[in-house]
Amino acid sequence: MAQAVSSQRGPVTGTAMRSRKRRPFLLDLYSTAVGKKYVMAITGIAMMGFVLFHMIGNLKMYLGAADLNHYAKFLEELLYPLAPHGVTLWILRAGLITMLLLHLHAAYSLTVLNRRARPVKYQSARDYQIATFASRTMRWSGIIALAFITWHLLDLTFGVVNDHVGTKDAAGLKDVYGNVVFSLQRVPVAIFYVVANVLLGIHLFHGAWSIFQSLGWNNPRFNKWRRAFATGFAAIIVIGNVSFPIAVLAGVVGN
Amino acid sequence: MSNSIKNLTLKIWRQLGPTSKGTFETYNVEEISDEASFLEMLDYLNERLIGEGETAIVFDHDCREGICGTCSLMINGQAHGPQRGGATCQLHMRSFSDGDNIVIEPFRAEAFPIIRDLMVDRSKFDRVIESGGFITAPTGGAPDANLIAIPKPVSDAAMDSAQCIGCGACVAACPNGAANLFTGAKVAHLNRLPQGQPERFKRVEAMVETMDEYFGSCTNHGECEGACPKEISVDVIALLNKDYRKAKFASRKDLAR
Repeated sequence: MAQAVSSQRGPVTGTAMRSRKRRPFLLDLYSTAVGKKYVMAITGIAMMGFVLFHMIGNLKMYLGAADLNHYAKFLEELLYPLAPHGVTLWILRAGLITMLLLHLHAAYSLTVLNRRARPVKYQSARDYQIATFASRTMRWSGIIALAFITWHLLDLTFGVVNDHVGTKDAAGLKDVYGNVVFSLQRVPVAIFYVVANVLLGIHLFHGAWSIFQSLGWNNPRFNKWRRAFATGFAAIIVIGNVSFPIAVLAGVVGN
Repeated sequence: MSNSIKNLTLKIWRQLGPTSKGTFETYNVEEISDEASFLEMLDYLNERLIGEGETAIVFDHDCREGICGTCSLMINGQAHGPQRGGATCQLHMRSFSDGDNIVIEPFRAEAFPIIRDLMVDRSKFDRVIESGGFITAPTGGAPDANLIAIPKPVSDAAMDSAQCIGCGACVAACPNGAANLFTGAKVAHLNRLPQGQPERFKRVEAMVETMDEYFGSCTNHGECEGACPKEISVDVIALLNKDYRKAKFASRKDLAR
């Protein structure tokens, strides 16, 4: 085979090839598309964990204001007194922000690579056989989910668009329950929460399945469960998160 | 009993050369046997065009029995047309009905430049193969058959991947123009077998890096598997990813380098 190779390229056999100088391990891994997909998958898993616990924590609102506000206090005091007030929470937040940034950077650079791989599009309509609506809209569902996260932080964390944030409840704790009720009683906001969470579900439906392929977790013993896991996970997140605005609008959760 | 398909309208991509601007031209085929293959239908059309003094439509073809990987074509938005598990040469006109409109476009990817009309240059696949699609074998007398014991399920799995004919339908069908199914098939074929072990990690690293130079990345749509004339499963892409990770994490001392 070596004879067929043009002179610009070096010898091709494994033994004859000089091992080229490699970048530091993690950068080397991240330099290829396959490595970036590993980053997509691992950061995806981390954010899936966050989304799941965020949803479970929010279920406390069905137990009443005192329970939800107390849970918020618990998060701030996580690992206290081992760690000072709020420190553990900020470490977790820093981790999440890193995960999000890595996920975004990998998605961006892979998209650039993919656009370059087919600069001239098909001039006739494609007839997709296996690709799903979810798999083909990952970029859009991701961007809308990102816009939602931004709004969500401005709304319930920083209170920029929520006048109730900063209020204390009867026990002197931050009135998280009141913030949620105040926010979701605004019908357009509630609709945005529902739409964004359905899109997040669509993103997870493809992403949670895709993780297995990207990480090379493929085994006939569990392959049939991979799709079931992704569907189940997406459904749990959507049902849980969509129930909150509906419950507030229906008056199930409120003052 | 042979029937005939009548009144086909073909929209075919015509392009004079790699840099010229192409366009769809419309042709009518009034009657064709349903036993004709899709390529025979194009031959029939070309005979007519030549008779009328026009230039024939250029398209790739060779063995016409689904084993060489030369034929291509996007037919009505699907690589190798509407059938599963067959190349364009194995597609028969009975898959179509009277009065059908058929749109025929070349495979499109940066790595597959159009040479003329429907013919594309798929030599970037050769670059991927050159970087790792080989084994080191000692020269000398022919070894005895079955000298190396290989479990039957392993040889079957390797054979499933070895079926890849390198036609490029996976790249053509992929919304990202990725070649992960092709590269995965080659890696899965050799890395599963004992003969492929000496270069196992070197192979996967080199092939992934070469693939990156020309092709897009996998987003797990699965379109490649649907288009593959040999129905190679996306399982090979998971194996490619797994071996790439193993290559990165394996101790350098254990690698063949």
